[in-house]
Amino acid sequence: MDARRLFSGSVSLADLRPATVVTVGLLLVYPAVATDFFIFQIGAYSLILGTIALSLMMLGGYGGMVSLAQLTVAGFAGYLTAILGDNSVGVMGLGWPWWLTIFTAVLGAALFSAVIGAISARTEGIYTIMITLAIAVAFFFFVRQNYALYNGFTGYAGVMPPTLLGINWRDPAPFYYLSLAVAGGFFCAVLYGSRATFGLSLQAIRDNPRRMRALGYNVTLHRIVAYFLAGLIAGSAGVLMVWFNGRISPGSIGVGVVIDILVIAVVGGMRHPIGPFVGAIAFVLLENFAIDLIDRERFNTVIGLAFLLIVLFSPDGLLGLWSQMRSKIRLGKDARASAGRAERDDRHSAGSPKGTYKGT
Amino acid sequence: MSIPRTDALSRLQDTGRFALELEAVSRHFGALVALADINLTVRAGERRAVLGSNGAGKTTLFNAITGDFPPTTGSVRLFGEVVTDLPCQERIRRGLRRTYQVSLLFNGLSVIDNIYLACRGVSRGRFSLRRPRWDDSAMQAAEVLLAAVHLDDVREAQVAALSHGQQRQLEMALALAGAPRLILFDEPAAGLSPTERSELVEILQSLPDHIAYIIIEHDMDVALRVAQSVTMLHNGRIFKEGTPEEIENDSTVQELYLGRRDG
Repeated sequence: MDARRLFSGSVSLADLRPATVVTVGLLLVYPAVATDFFIFQIGAYSLILGTIALSLMMLGGYGGMVSLAQLTVAGFAGYLTAILGDNSVGVMGLGWPWWLTIFTAVLGAALFSAVIGAISARTEGIYTIMITLAIAVAFFFFVRQNYALYNGFTGYAGVMPPTLLGINWRDPAPFYYLSLAVAGGFFCAVLYGSRATFGLSLQAIRDNPRRMRALGYNVTLHRIVAYFLAGLIAGSAGVLMVWFNGRISPGSIGVGVVIDILVIAVVGGMRHPIGPFVGAIAFVLLENFAIDLIDRERFNTVIGLAFLLIVLFSPDGLLGLWSQMRSKIRLGKDARASAGRAERDDRHSAGSPKGTYKGT
Repeated sequence: MSIPRTDALSRLQDTGRFALELEAVSRHFGALVALADINLTVRAGERRAVLGSNGAGKTTLFNAITGDFPPTTGSVRLFGEVVTDLPCQERIRRGLRRTYQVSLLFNGLSVIDNIYLACRGVSRGRFSLRRPRWDDSAMQAAEVLLAAVHLDDVREAQVAALSHGQQRQLEMALALAGAPRLILFDEPAAGLSPTERSELVEILQSLPDHIAYIIIEHDMDVALRVAQSVTMLHNGRIFKEGTPEEIENDSTVQELYLGRRDG
């Protein structure tokens, strides 16, 4: 089924593709068949990283703005969660109610993202990458040196999700479902939004900002709003990230991790919101199991090589490889079908008077 | 070419304001003077051609009017309002539109999406996070425009897959969206086949008479058929103004632009 129709309200559940139904079903029953390690370390972590990369996909894939500061935005939300809520290091930890903490953390992250957007919205291409990288590095050094608010090098520990409805939301299965709900919600929102007026205008700005100005659009403001919305996504994932780790420190938002988010988005593919999640699963699996094949210190070499190979063979990432494979299979089927048709025609025409006209 | 005076045109003309007034407009690129001391007025509903050889400053003049490259000195008025310091999108919202010499379209989107965005650009709801419904006013306007430029058959096609002629037609549609009052056409006939040129002339001649336009066109057949008045530019300055007949018969113009007649 065409994704454009999925959220237009003109389709019923019966129109869903079998592959979509199977994927959703597998995601829902996954905790019933997987071990705690696979539920928490692989499943939930992939969903969180995928959600942060989704915010980059939205900016880069639809808006043409490749921002390296998306993990920084997530980290900002994580820090706000530790500062405004509870932590175990005895610094800050204002003890706000959980709902107010989450609301402020996500909104604060979105506003922070909008400020990054306001700084970088007038740049294009490589300059956007450079300016957002500079912001990410500046924030990393700021939190590392600031002890009054960010507790410097140590950061915060003991940051836990609340216990609600009698459920400890950091247990593997509940945390997985929480991450799935957040990731799934934003995935659907981005997919729906891609065909909404704002989503279309963002893609048009990616294709031709000058023409958009000549149609009456304030391109800079559109870009800043896109950063704000991407900040809501990254900020929500940031709250999950700090709950997942239980702690946050400058290392959580260092340059290496910032680049990882770009790698995830590019490896997965930036053309469709599913790409970042595919990339995140590949990344987390490699991160966890590459050490079985190679020394832990060499992990980045494996990631780098995988990145190079994928980009070399498919600039659209794993999604691109998948569509290449599908089109080859389809071409093969079509070729076989047309060969079969030609054979039948030949047999048919051999016995008919029209056959004599063939090839003349 | 005589144009009937309709109510919309009457209302615009009765205000006594020009559609466009340029006063001593200059544009410099470093030491290069692309436009020098341009004074130009266009009445409401007037159709004017701007002619000149390559490098005469025609497209720079358009860029100065739209604000793509604001003038270095001088002032620009649209319908009586000074817009010299306003950004491009604000001028567009005041009824100004333009096409580009090389089609500037949204290649990753479909034809109808391109036209819908053009219709939405000058109305409310540009930031809407909802999908446009079929009964949305901008969507309905887009459907009408789609038919007007004969692109119904490629409604859902991705723009990158269109032929050159279809892309030029789409370029026209984007400029016609959302109640324009002054349109700047930058070589709309470039690269079109003779049939497509005739269609273009037909579209230009059938525009409502309250819409003023300025057309840059190297094809004299097109330019002189659709224009009421002509401005000749040479080396960034206005060299001559007059009716199409006057310009066509001017010997200096012929020498400079149409070529010296030997023998």
